[in-house]
Amino acid sequence: MADKVEVPEVEITKEQLLGWYRQMVRIRRVEELAAKAYTLRKIKGFCHLYIGQEAIAVGSHAAVDAKDDLISAYRIHGQVLARGGTAREVMAELFGKQAGITKGIGGSMHMASKKLHFWGGYGIVGGHVPLGLGSAFAHRYNESGQISLTFFGDGAAQQGAVYESLHMAQLWKLPAVFFCENNYYAMGTSLDRQSYLTDMSRRGDGVGMTRWQFNAFDVVDVYKNVKAAADYARSGKGPVILEGVTYRYRGHSMSDPAKYRAEGELEEKKQKSDGIELAADRLRDDFGVSDADLAKIKVEIDEEAQDAYDFADNAPEPDEDALYDYVYAPAEVE
Amino acid sequence: MATLQLREALRRAMNEEMRRDERVFLMGEEVAYYDGAYKVSQGMLKEFGDKRIIDTPIAENGFVGLGVGAAMAGLRPIIEVMTWNFSLVAYDQIINGAAKVFQMTGGEYSVPMVIRGPNGAAENLGSQHSQALESIFAHFPGLHVVSTCDPADSYGLLKTAIRDPNPVIFMESELMYGYKGEVPDEEYLIPFGKAKIVREGTDVTLVSWNKQILNCERAADELKKEGISAQVLDLRTIRPLDEQALFDAIGKTHRMVVVQEGFPFAGVGAEIVARVTEGAFDALDAPILRITNRDINQPYATNLEQLVMPSVRRIVEAARAVVNR
Repeated sequence: MADKVEVPEVEITKEQLLGWYRQMVRIRRVEELAAKAYTLRKIKGFCHLYIGQEAIAVGSHAAVDAKDDLISAYRIHGQVLARGGTAREVMAELFGKQAGITKGIGGSMHMASKKLHFWGGYGIVGGHVPLGLGSAFAHRYNESGQISLTFFGDGAAQQGAVYESLHMAQLWKLPAVFFCENNYYAMGTSLDRQSYLTDMSRRGDGVGMTRWQFNAFDVVDVYKNVKAAADYARSGKGPVILEGVTYRYRGHSMSDPAKYRAEGELEEKKQKSDGIELAADRLRDDFGVSDADLAKIKVEIDEEAQDAYDFADNAPEPDEDALYDYVYAPAEVE
Repeated sequence: MATLQLREALRRAMNEEMRRDERVFLMGEEVAYYDGAYKVSQGMLKEFGDKRIIDTPIAENGFVGLGVGAAMAGLRPIIEVMTWNFSLVAYDQIINGAAKVFQMTGGEYSVPMVIRGPNGAAENLGSQHSQALESIFAHFPGLHVVSTCDPADSYGLLKTAIRDPNPVIFMESELMYGYKGEVPDEEYLIPFGKAKIVREGTDVTLVSWNKQILNCERAADELKKEGISAQVLDLRTIRPLDEQALFDAIGKTHRMVVVQEGFPFAGVGAEIVARVTEGAFDALDAPILRITNRDINQPYATNLEQLVMPSVRRIVEAARAVVNR
């Protein structure tokens, strides 16, 4: 039988919550400007926006160590920003510029940073989950005390690679947290049409893995649930699979008008469970932060996002002489 | 100089590299307690323990992907596939993952990983266990592809593969694991991309690799009786391809036959013909012929299987045809 884990309440300071609020606003604003740039053809290719799900990235990254490895799928702009990537390097990557976080080679789906222990985005649905398993294996092998945190969606939960990874992580009790961000749509197919079980944490049941589901709209809820899971995995007891219930406001990608949603569904989610508004409520109610202070943060972030946009727009294109530099890694110096 | 079986030479390479570098581990189906499906890893569990010699569930997609992740995290995985046919279950992890991670992360993460196991037909194993799959890995930038069965070469190339900072597809041969050869006692590494002239000749070059080299040598013996001097060139690594060795060979013999296991369509043989034709057309005195598996999935019965595979007779006929043209 899998363990039951109690998720303890946590004390959050005003400074913590203000930081998270700022980070969520940053993600949303950078992506809104990215959407604008996309319509102007300054950003091309695929562009999967995270708007609506910001609380998950921000709460999760706050709950793990800087040296834990994180890996996610193709909806990653918000993940990179939450992990410490700058608005400039994210925007420049989207614009396909040398100053981008992966030098304009990766693009929207592939932003990685060794310094941030962020393994990046992955364009094959579910295909990155075995890599998160490999990270956990390495942490155990090296007795590093670190864990891996692997994000995937409700769509990816159907892939065999995910099952195999969950199973081996549990078989070997590896220090891994698997986090299913259930945003209710696998591209355009709603959860009830693409999954027999709709609690994706139950993917853990078949392998005996500790698992639970929680509402992931409130950043504080995300923080405490991921912290409990990370503490459990780090203690050597084995991996955890979490499902965070969330909702994506935009289409699957920029080319998707999302006509498959039920009428009123999006508006209801925005009104009742917007992560940024929930955090604003807490800041006002619990810490006495004024509307003016919150508005000031938004103005600062607007400026930062616009700066990133202008920076990316004017930055040089990638170096053509370096075209072949990243096909094969150079030999290690002994 | 010791006489070693292919499996012993491979094991010696892995043992030495594991003693040298704590980051190296071996993972795969039956590699530990069973001592390896083909006994390549015999005794390794005893020396290194189950932290570093790891049996897996039968889940290639998962454990090959685990290897990619472990390599990104700084370890040096050797992942054994029981046969390359099973690697197709993990093809996504190799092609979309291992081959692309270094480039798509802008050089942030590399994948120093070896995936190794037997490739090509053994005997009477039917359609799904008899394929030679070099071409479908060599197609992709980001991968190295080694295919060899000579014990001394396999030893030196596997050590290079384990130390290489990139994913290496290392193809052995089920039929040849017991094949013996002289292996020098001192440690050595063989660089990728260096073909080897197994036999000198002046009239025609037989280009091949892995166990078809033996058929080429037998064919060269037959041809010698007819007064035809055949050179045998062992490519050893498919990617990087030793283009210069091919140009040198055609510059010398002016005639060439490529002997390749696996299907003809878009095979490695086709790539060699294209490269030599593009790069050394003026040196050619005859079209380059290919001897490959016939374009058919492997049948079980012995007589049918022998019809399908490259054979000494087919190689001799092709060599005669280009020489007597």
